[in-house]
Amino acid sequence: MPGIEYLLEALTPLNIMLALGGVIAGTVIGSLPGLTATMAVAVLVPITFTMAPASALILMGAIYTGAIYGGAYAAILLNTPGTPSAIATTFDGFPMARRGDGDLAVTLACLASVSGGLVGSIFLLMLAPPLADVALAFGPVEYFWLAVFGLTLISALSENNLLKGLIGACFGLLLSCVGVAEISADIRFTFGSQTLLGGIETVSALIGLYCIPVLIDLVATPDKHLKVTHQARGFRFLEALAISWKYKLGLLRSSVIGTLVGILPGAGGSIAGLVAYSEARRVSKRSEHFGKGEPEGVLATESANNATVGGGFIPTLVLGIPGTPPDAVILGALLIQGLRTGPNLFTGEGSIVYTFIYGLFLATLLMLPVGLVIGRYAYKTIITVPKAMLVPTVAFMTLIGTYSIRNNISDVIVMITLGVVGWVLNRFGFSPSPIVLGLILGSIAEQGFVQAWTIGAAGEDLTGMFFGRPISLAIIAFILLSLFYPLIRKHWLGSKMGKVRAD
Amino acid sequence: MKLKQLVAIALATIMPLSSAFAEFPEKSVSYVIPFGPGGESDITARHQQSFFKDKFGQDLVISYKPGGGGAVGWSQLNGIKGDGHTIMGINLPHIVIKPLQKDVGFKTDEITGVYMFHYTPDALVVNQDSPFQSLQDVIDYAKENPGKLTLSGSGKGTANHLAQIRFDGMAGIKTTYVAFKGTGKAVAALLGDQVKAEWGYTSVGAKHEGKVRLLAVAMEERHPKFPAVPTFKELGFDLVSGAYRGIAVPKSTPEDVRVKLSQMIGEINADPAFRQRMENDGMALLDVDYAGMDAFMEKMTAIYTQAAREAGVIK
Repeated sequence: MPGIEYLLEALTPLNIMLALGGVIAGTVIGSLPGLTATMAVAVLVPITFTMAPASALILMGAIYTGAIYGGAYAAILLNTPGTPSAIATTFDGFPMARRGDGDLAVTLACLASVSGGLVGSIFLLMLAPPLADVALAFGPVEYFWLAVFGLTLISALSENNLLKGLIGACFGLLLSCVGVAEISADIRFTFGSQTLLGGIETVSALIGLYCIPVLIDLVATPDKHLKVTHQARGFRFLEALAISWKYKLGLLRSSVIGTLVGILPGAGGSIAGLVAYSEARRVSKRSEHFGKGEPEGVLATESANNATVGGGFIPTLVLGIPGTPPDAVILGALLIQGLRTGPNLFTGEGSIVYTFIYGLFLATLLMLPVGLVIGRYAYKTIITVPKAMLVPTVAFMTLIGTYSIRNNISDVIVMITLGVVGWVLNRFGFSPSPIVLGLILGSIAEQGFVQAWTIGAAGEDLTGMFFGRPISLAIIAFILLSLFYPLIRKHWLGSKMGKVRAD
Repeated sequence: MKLKQLVAIALATIMPLSSAFAEFPEKSVSYVIPFGPGGESDITARHQQSFFKDKFGQDLVISYKPGGGGAVGWSQLNGIKGDGHTIMGINLPHIVIKPLQKDVGFKTDEITGVYMFHYTPDALVVNQDSPFQSLQDVIDYAKENPGKLTLSGSGKGTANHLAQIRFDGMAGIKTTYVAFKGTGKAVAALLGDQVKAEWGYTSVGAKHEGKVRLLAVAMEERHPKFPAVPTFKELGFDLVSGAYRGIAVPKSTPEDVRVKLSQMIGEINADPAFRQRMENDGMALLDVDYAGMDAFMEKMTAIYTQAAREAGVIK
């Protein structure tokens, strides 16, 4: 193990306290819809000025890790992804909670997050410099194809309703165009309104599209929010552990997917979670149960999104290019401390980097007890609080959370509007996920396409640009596979059945 | 500490100050950055933060109001209470270009700047192993292969983009500018050999030392951190440009508070430790105070408007 001599430095009482405090604070912040890891880390920056660089990093890394896990609570218990990383957690997490297995889902999410976090940290520890080159090999055209790949997942996610899924995705793509365009600086679809100038902020759209319909339904129907079958079953830890062990290979696969996607600056936890989810579903023997409360689905997304933490630190520390938005803040804090990132950071400043990486391991391990306890508390609160209290409290939180993302009232207006639109669309069988996918992937695809086209046109080789690069071709192969998999599978099953019959 | 207090008391007794003068800042000052955390606007504000507290005894609290490339923050600036306890970061060329493009909720002359404290000079950046050894190599290549030289940069209508257009004009070349979302992604495209060079900043050279080379910097004089890199001026191109950052206040802020704030920012700028930090990050300091703002803005507006018009960014 490289830098093992710094393990002890990571384990000073101060660092252990910082890691513990960071994970607790992060988990709580992440569980509140709208309060994001980026914000949590940014608030901390001034405090870290006075700390040793390694301790500052450990604290920020711990908060970050905790916040990504905390996002699972709202996803499972309220059907609201607190962060884009947790979108796919809602697919199976919320149905589990609905049928009374919310406690199991929260514990599974905790185990998965810890596993994913550990895998990500191992990659960071062992392979950071070579893997950073992967991030650089990804050019604009690769991001374009990756986003298209993400969009094809819609077909997998809305099996019974492909047309409605595609319409939803197109709506999302349109939403992603609103506001000042990121790279061309054009102002689009604002209809002269100042409210829309800043564009549709992803997290406020998430809160609106996922949480508001749940709140409306809660008010409109007499049922309890979550079904409670029996009281006080503990953490259901052994049950969760057995499930996780059964799917240990799946966990590992999702964690590796999460790490690799995390390395790509600009891709992030949302894509990692979705890719891991659809891969898990494709491989699973129980794929028809996905989306109806399948524990494997929760394991896949939650391990993948926590693996992006370690993965995202790879380009941040090696290249000085932030892998994820919270990484950008952490990088800024490092610069202010006078630290220069780069491969030299691993050799010249080994004491800081390796102390931090071991600190990240520590924080991830601490997440197990912390996550179980807070998760249990969150679950108990949600099932015991009477509906008359729950609805206004959650509604209030969504307002505060949405406002605080960019300190902007326009985001709140957009959130509520999208919420009502989402509720109406839900009535007609449109689910929010394709819309959100379109919104997130639209801008990635657009930027990649425009950049790739510009570069390709300058080199007078557009075909080569889009269809001549090895990584692009590999992603295109995945796109075709993902699009036609249902057909291939049918065909394959059919011929196998035919064979059986012929025998 | 004691000496500081003595001086403070002495100053307070001998100097006939107006009431607002003596009181400001009476509480912490909120410093709104109209971009997200982690960017250069944030980092430079963070550098100022600790010096502000040391010098004036009050906290400088940084918050973010990102959206629309800064437009969301600036369009709300004049709605904030103008008592000097809320200030906002301003950036050039943004506050000049954006209102010229479309109605973005503010006009350039509605923004009351009190101080421009630094700029990050534009620089032409190549990879360490690039065949381009000098600016002349780049010009020669571009002349032989019109439009084939791809350059990454951050955004359109930005400092990088305007520098590319102005330089192309000065050198009589045609290059292809590829806009990325933020400097980080523009650098990644360069490091990954997706483009041949980058219109970046001196800070890119500081941040990625050893992996990139600066061919020329758009400054009046060479940057202290890169004494071996020539300026465009030395090479015969009158290009002094970059991303300028300053501080603005709501329109309703009283005149004496504006002057006081301008002095305070100037005082931080004069601190050798602050200068050292900023220059280490590859930035260049600038001292345009409240009195000099109008002339400065007039000069920059003329330059930017012309370049943006040539670029087709504005009509």
